[in-house]
Amino acid sequence: MTSKYVYHSNFWLEEPEPDNPFAAKACYCHGYDVYGQVLPQGSWFEYLLLMFLGERPTPAQTALMEKLAMSLANPGPREASVRAAMNGGVAGTNPGSALMAALAVGSGQYGGAREVALVMELWQRCGQELDTWIQQLQAPPEDERADIWPAMEHAPGFDPNGDQFPTPEHSTLELLCELAPKQGNLAWLRRNRRPLEERVGYPLAMAGIAGAAFTDLGLNPEQGSMLYLILRLPGAAVHALEQQGMGWKNFPFYADAIELTDDPGAIPSESENGASS
Amino acid sequence: MSHRRLLETESHWTTRRGKAYLTERVVMHGRDLHKQLGDYEWLHLYLFSVLGRDPGEAVYRLLNYFFVATSFPDPSIWPNHVTALGGTARTTPSMALMAGMSVSEASIFGRRPEVRALDFFYRAGHWCDEGGSLMDFVEREKSRGRTLYGYGRPLARNDERIPYALEKARELGFGDGRYLNMALDVYDYLNGAYGYSMNIGAIYSALAADVGLSCQEYQLFMTPIFLAGMVPCFQDAYDKPEGAFFPMRCTSIVYHGPAKRDWDDAGSTAR
Repeated sequence: MTSKYVYHSNFWLEEPEPDNPFAAKACYCHGYDVYGQVLPQGSWFEYLLLMFLGERPTPAQTALMEKLAMSLANPGPREASVRAAMNGGVAGTNPGSALMAALAVGSGQYGGAREVALVMELWQRCGQELDTWIQQLQAPPEDERADIWPAMEHAPGFDPNGDQFPTPEHSTLELLCELAPKQGNLAWLRRNRRPLEERVGYPLAMAGIAGAAFTDLGLNPEQGSMLYLILRLPGAAVHALEQQGMGWKNFPFYADAIELTDDPGAIPSESENGASS
Repeated sequence: MSHRRLLETESHWTTRRGKAYLTERVVMHGRDLHKQLGDYEWLHLYLFSVLGRDPGEAVYRLLNYFFVATSFPDPSIWPNHVTALGGTARTTPSMALMAGMSVSEASIFGRRPEVRALDFFYRAGHWCDEGGSLMDFVEREKSRGRTLYGYGRPLARNDERIPYALEKARELGFGDGRYLNMALDVYDYLNGAYGYSMNIGAIYSALAADVGLSCQEYQLFMTPIFLAGMVPCFQDAYDKPEGAFFPMRCTSIVYHGPAKRDWDDAGSTAR
């Protein structure tokens, strides 16, 4: 007898083993037999895009996805989400805790998944209209209501702490444009990067490149945000593991760097007060 | 802007909020943690940590009541359900509780409705200060397609927590605050005009406005509010056999997707 508590899915079907209703005999993803056909014949990125898009990706989409994933796989220890995982790793935390730290910190509006979603919303509003982009980046529509997310403090997709367009980002944009649609958003971004940077006042960032790439793949902002979180975890994991091996004595501890500007000083204890009076 | 502003904080962080002079003393918002704050109850200290000031015993008691009254040890409640899944899957207490706490920052319950409702009352207050009527403000929000957080409840018509909260507010001297009265007036209007119900979010947010919390202060303070209810759910699932928490059979996934198809089908877009 089936439980009255059911979950609905538009892409995942399971058929049970004859002797155990809680074990799957076959699983289908958007109609494709996962363990019978997708696993032996498909690639990781074909399967990943199938899950998100609902259709088998073209070879061009798969190639773009793979190179995008490689460009995001390790933001390096300077990036806040990786550094958060490293803090967990060096303390010997659980693997899950280290990655939860990376996910939480990497969810934000400065270089994180929320910024990617906002970039993708800009693509929805601006399309490939330069004037609209400039207007939206310089004077974004503001909601008078407060939310759990704060207001943006910089133009989404650009790095307010940057000077010139960094070499890895440049290399990534160039390569992805070779794989992306010729009239797509990445190609448009490549052509219009400089005028956008001039108006914004700082350079394009990886979140901006990733957002454009996700739109070229046909993903929506929520999907892009999720994938951005997933794709940056490998670097967080490896850096966390490395710091665990390095040990805490080789990891910075910032106590001396923190200055309390209104330190009231040591408060005498009552016994000390009594002794002095 | 440029990277130059990063140079200022690369190796130097100034703050007025606090510091641990390890092996010596700890300062939080200008007070010695052990000598001046050591007698605080923990949630009172948490409130002090959030606000940077002590709003007084009555405010603390009121907000403490929010926490006590929201500690539902029932795993059908979604954040608790997540925590119970952690228990049945044998993850650690910290990871299970953090997972439950994290998903409490939701849109249909928890942090977003709380922040939105608090913000609604502040904006409504400003509207009225400018000479507008409260009901015009409500209609203006509705006409813009905005959800009136605090009014209507996803799974129940009546919120059993409201009479208790109102009684506690009266007991502590907050029974006649501007925003609490506004919340009740909005309910009377929406109920009469549209049959809306009111949930505890409207009352708590209105009281938070009456004690002057900002939206971020409220969000920070409320973040651990489900914690005490989550713990028994984790323990209960942990005490039962692995995987035993409402297991799902294959046929409990009701499929609405495309028909089965062949990976090598000529119709495929790939290859």
